[in-house]
Amino acid sequence: MDKFTTLTGIAAPMPLVNIDTDMIIPKQFLKTIKRSGLGVNLFDEMRYDREGNELPDFVLNQPAYRDAQILVAGDNFGCGSSREHAPWALLDFGIRAVISTSFADIFFNNCFKNGILPIVLPQEAVDVLMEDARKGANARMVVDLENQTVSSSDGQSFHFDIDPFRKHCLLNGLDDIGLTMEKAPAIDTFEQRMAQARPWI
Amino acid sequence: MTNPAATPRTLYDKIWDAHVVEQSEDGTCLLYIDRHLVHEVTSPQAFEGLRMTGRKVHAPDRTIAVPDHNVPTTLDRQKGIDNEESRIQVDALDKNAREFGVHYYPVNDIRQGIVHIVGPEQGWTLPGMTVVCGDSHTATHGAFGALAHGIGTSEVEHVLATQTLIQKKSKNMKVEVTGRLAPGVTAKDVVLAIIAATGTAGGTGYVIEYCGEVIRSLSMEGRMTICNMAIEGGARAGLIAPDETTFAYVNGRPHAPKGAQWEAAVAWWRTLFTEEGAHFDKVLTLRGEDIAPTVTWGTSPEDALPITADVPAPESFTGGKIEAARRSLDYMGLTAGTKLTDITIDAVFIGSCTNGRIEDLRAAADVLRGRKLATGVRGMVVPGSGLVRAQAEEEGLDQIFIDAGFEWRLAGCSMCLGMNPDQLVPGERCAATSNRNFEGRQGYKGRTHLMSPAMAAAAGVAGHLVDIREFAAQPA
Repeated sequence: MDKFTTLTGIAAPMPLVNIDTDMIIPKQFLKTIKRSGLGVNLFDEMRYDREGNELPDFVLNQPAYRDAQILVAGDNFGCGSSREHAPWALLDFGIRAVISTSFADIFFNNCFKNGILPIVLPQEAVDVLMEDARKGANARMVVDLENQTVSSSDGQSFHFDIDPFRKHCLLNGLDDIGLTMEKAPAIDTFEQRMAQARPWI
Repeated sequence: MTNPAATPRTLYDKIWDAHVVEQSEDGTCLLYIDRHLVHEVTSPQAFEGLRMTGRKVHAPDRTIAVPDHNVPTTLDRQKGIDNEESRIQVDALDKNAREFGVHYYPVNDIRQGIVHIVGPEQGWTLPGMTVVCGDSHTATHGAFGALAHGIGTSEVEHVLATQTLIQKKSKNMKVEVTGRLAPGVTAKDVVLAIIAATGTAGGTGYVIEYCGEVIRSLSMEGRMTICNMAIEGGARAGLIAPDETTFAYVNGRPHAPKGAQWEAAVAWWRTLFTEEGAHFDKVLTLRGEDIAPTVTWGTSPEDALPITADVPAPESFTGGKIEAARRSLDYMGLTAGTKLTDITIDAVFIGSCTNGRIEDLRAAADVLRGRKLATGVRGMVVPGSGLVRAQAEEEGLDQIFIDAGFEWRLAGCSMCLGMNPDQLVPGERCAATSNRNFEGRQGYKGRTHLMSPAMAAAAGVAGHLVDIREFAAQPA
């Protein structure tokens, strides 16, 4: 997993609430057995017509936002399925941070496993950043994970909270599985205890 | 730390405490996983990860794999899968299951079906367990008083490699449904009414315990319908305390405990309830008598209303929902003010992990006995597993569906999400017993109205959405 430290990039505004995982990556693209290559189909049904032509109104098709690295989104971003293809598609497109008032739990969790930072901010802060994102390519936001801040292009800075363990893993690009495998003795002990206490499992 | 025995605990607290392998100072826990269910869509990258790092499956005996999302449901499916990508994904599961030695129900096994129907049916799902799967509808298993939730593929790999998950505890939420349900009102109506009340994000960050007289009176099938849709209200997991109904369902299933172990298990399961005075961070109470047959009109499960209502005006909402509702109405091809019962439909889908169990098929068949689908409406019944299908055939339900003009299919996820060829065509409007009415969910530009099996069957006969309470009163 790539480390996440600071990010300076273009933010695309997507004010729609309840952007679900089926919008982020429709089911026909879940048939892959790889993690890469999904960026071209990110938001597929909002982004292209049936013939595969770009829909010019869609934000990521507009010249200013084609290289966006940040999304500023409406409430409850990522609701629906557990498909990790959603963060894989965002990452493959180049999105490294998503800002909203709220995220669905499973999507939120999946982001951290892929080096994407989901940032929860109060409505007033998201409103300011949404307006900033609307300025287009000239509005570059700065995300600083170490200091837990997002700054708009005109220098307004907002502090965000993050779980310390998740922050540590993102800053260092750590693989959880390796960390947990170091705890194998504790897992073995637990299993032995359970074999006595709940042998039917 | 407080002594857990001294503080009254919720059902969630008890299951959580029983599975903590290790807790860090910041509250992050390593949680032991009793059952890991696996399907073909969210697992190939996880098995590949194991292969690349030379890791093994830590507990193959606790891991159960079954293909469900991509499988064809047509009767000729033994000839193989036409779509190359779907075939590769199912073949990958087949190879991975055999190579890593996990329990496996291949496509041609009569026990194959939707993973969330197969788990309980085979007795893999038991009260007090932790159950995970790379699928958000894992919440279904909470009906047994098991802590069950969906995970992403990275976590699937983590569980395969370590049989644990790194987790922080969620908050406790109680949803109580008091009293009794009126005739014609089912578990599906109850859960849609709950989601309408909480909103699709109302349960975010919570594990919901469903309780109250109405929940107690439901069969295991009905309880699974409720917990299945916990995620549509934002909660990763839903729970219902186990009771005699639960034990009766579990007893005798292939992987349920037997003999002395059964007695020991039931003794522990009887301790799995929320204690008097335990703390809930959020409480919602609904009266069963107030719940009407409920349908969705929009593109979020929270867009649910009693069948007697009208399509709402976007201006009746606040904030970002105004624009979202406008977009939904446009997508759904509906006008504010239209009576829900005036909405005509083109298709009926009966199935899914929400409503693809035997009781659901019986409810739909009861409505369809001696009746036929309206002209121009197509219908599909997709049993949740091969065993559900066999049971329905033994009861003669298949013939009722066929006589009514429905297709009688083989088991799988099918048109709930249309990863196989079972899809709506653009503009087609469907009365569906599934769980999501998202844009494009059942097929590109397809329009989904969620409802109970009886309501979907009745809509198929009438050719438009109907109130089952009035419909059922008419002679066939």
